[in-house]
Amino acid sequence: MKMQNPRQVYGETLLELGRENKNIVVLEADLSKSTMTCLFEKEFPARFFEMGIGEANMTSFAGGLSLTGKIAFTNSFAVFAAGRAFDQIRQGVSIPGLNVKIIGSSAGLSDFGDGATHQSVEDIAIMRAIPNMTVLVPMDGIETRKMTRKAVEHQGPVYMRINRHDLPDLFPPDQEFEIGKSYLIREGKDVVVFANGIMVSKAVQAAETLEGQDISVRVVNVSSLKPTNENDIKIFASDVKGIVTAEEHTLIGGLASVITFILRGSAIPIIPIGIEDEFGQSAHDYDELLAEYKLTIDHIVAAIKKLVSVKSTVISKG
Amino acid sequence: MKMTIAELEKKARTLRLDIIKMIGVGQKGHLGGSCSLAEIITVLYFYKLRHDPQNPQWEDRDRFLLSKGHAALIQYAALAEAGYFPKEEIEKVKCLGAMLQGHPDMQSTPGIEANTGSLGQGLSMACGMAAGLRLDHKNCRVYCIVGDGEIAEGQIWEAAMTASFYKLDNLTVILDKNGLQATGTIIERYDTNPLVEKWKAFGWYVTEMDGHNLEEIIKTLDRVDQVTGQPKMIIAHTIKGKGIVFAENNVAFHNGELTKEQFDKACADLS
Repeated sequence: MKMQNPRQVYGETLLELGRENKNIVVLEADLSKSTMTCLFEKEFPARFFEMGIGEANMTSFAGGLSLTGKIAFTNSFAVFAAGRAFDQIRQGVSIPGLNVKIIGSSAGLSDFGDGATHQSVEDIAIMRAIPNMTVLVPMDGIETRKMTRKAVEHQGPVYMRINRHDLPDLFPPDQEFEIGKSYLIREGKDVVVFANGIMVSKAVQAAETLEGQDISVRVVNVSSLKPTNENDIKIFASDVKGIVTAEEHTLIGGLASVITFILRGSAIPIIPIGIEDEFGQSAHDYDELLAEYKLTIDHIVAAIKKLVSVKSTVISKG
Repeated sequence: MKMTIAELEKKARTLRLDIIKMIGVGQKGHLGGSCSLAEIITVLYFYKLRHDPQNPQWEDRDRFLLSKGHAALIQYAALAEAGYFPKEEIEKVKCLGAMLQGHPDMQSTPGIEANTGSLGQGLSMACGMAAGLRLDHKNCRVYCIVGDGEIAEGQIWEAAMTASFYKLDNLTVILDKNGLQATGTIIERYDTNPLVEKWKAFGWYVTEMDGHNLEEIIKTLDRVDQVTGQPKMIIAHTIKGKGIVFAENNVAFHNGELTKEQFDKACADLS
């Protein structure tokens, strides 16, 4: 399967968009070689603003640019983009609904070496809580490209979180990305896994593993965390024995919250997989860190097996 | 046609009276920090700014942001007097569903350029506007007012560095140095001085003026137009509550209530 780096794809897409639309401006907080906005900077230095290591000012400045008709992309690591600039996003950008696109790079645990200070386990929850905000989590390079382009078409603030590492291409290349929609990645009939980001490819691998054991697993990519089309979720969840949610984020306020809220009142058992209410930590290897937080193919497999073996209607914990 | 000094003086009085009417009796309102700006706002809206109240979104307008958004009442008074919306609206300020919110809201109020009031953020927005207008080769100017209490916010100094780094000479900032913050004097509570030295060190052209002297305000604003290559800071020496005798330099009127007697006295003094 082809692997692509979402950061690289994002940087290239931004450059394409810059060529197509002179109103696109890019702001950076001294991480351009990591977020890959350096590609845009090289070709459009006048529309690139190095803001120094100051995410708060960068975000409000982007709001000012948008008030002169620009479409402003702010860039930093997700933990800073969403956390450090929270009030600036809330007050100056989201209340008036300005056209600022906030890109949280090296999101989740993907900056594995840098530890808790640099790992965003709660960025989606923070951004989802803000009225007017659209929250997107691409699962691969293809979706990153489509989402970045869609963010420009969308009027208003968007938060998009991007993984630091190569991910396998899974999003159907000819499928249009629409904000709010969830996408069937793999058909199956026993259990549905709602996943996003890196957890989609892990869910697909879990489904492949279980194929030989006569367990049929549907995998759905829920990449719009706000808005999320409720009907999509209800349809995908309507005819299965159980549901797994899988996200590289705290179980509070992210995908598990979205799915359990949409399916409230339903008797279908749900096992949420995600980070418990805790921070990340340093590791030498991304997979090692994901395993420590139970974000693995094996954990998804175990959850699915539990759902097909038990007919309980009680919502249980993975 | 530009107003005469006498006409501007009368306008400043009217704006103060409008503020008193907006606050009314027994309701909290940011009287002090609004009145310290009455002359400056008067000069901006009725002398300096290129703007069109009939076409608030006119592309070539100058922009004005009140970073110390809690002084919204003085801006509302000026916008109403300039004709952005009917004067009746000022009586409905802060009523549920009203056009005039407790802090400036660009979506509900014609003539408001940004949402300010979470202190320290308006200057960054003004910088972004100045940069955006320059990208489009517009020669509009951006004006922003900050408070001497507000500049305790670290983001102000981030913006200060940005403005000089990007040589935003289409940006003029007026610092309302009224010497009081919500809980007492700036010097005693949280001293943000020295101002001139700080802004100079951050790469700004810095000048000072009496913020209640209309002629001096006009001259200063016109003079800084000639400064190029750096952003401009005008430190305005003002009196909090100016023009409302019992509120002058009185911290109780940062966000205070008026009694019936105070309301009547202020109205009588300003009428």
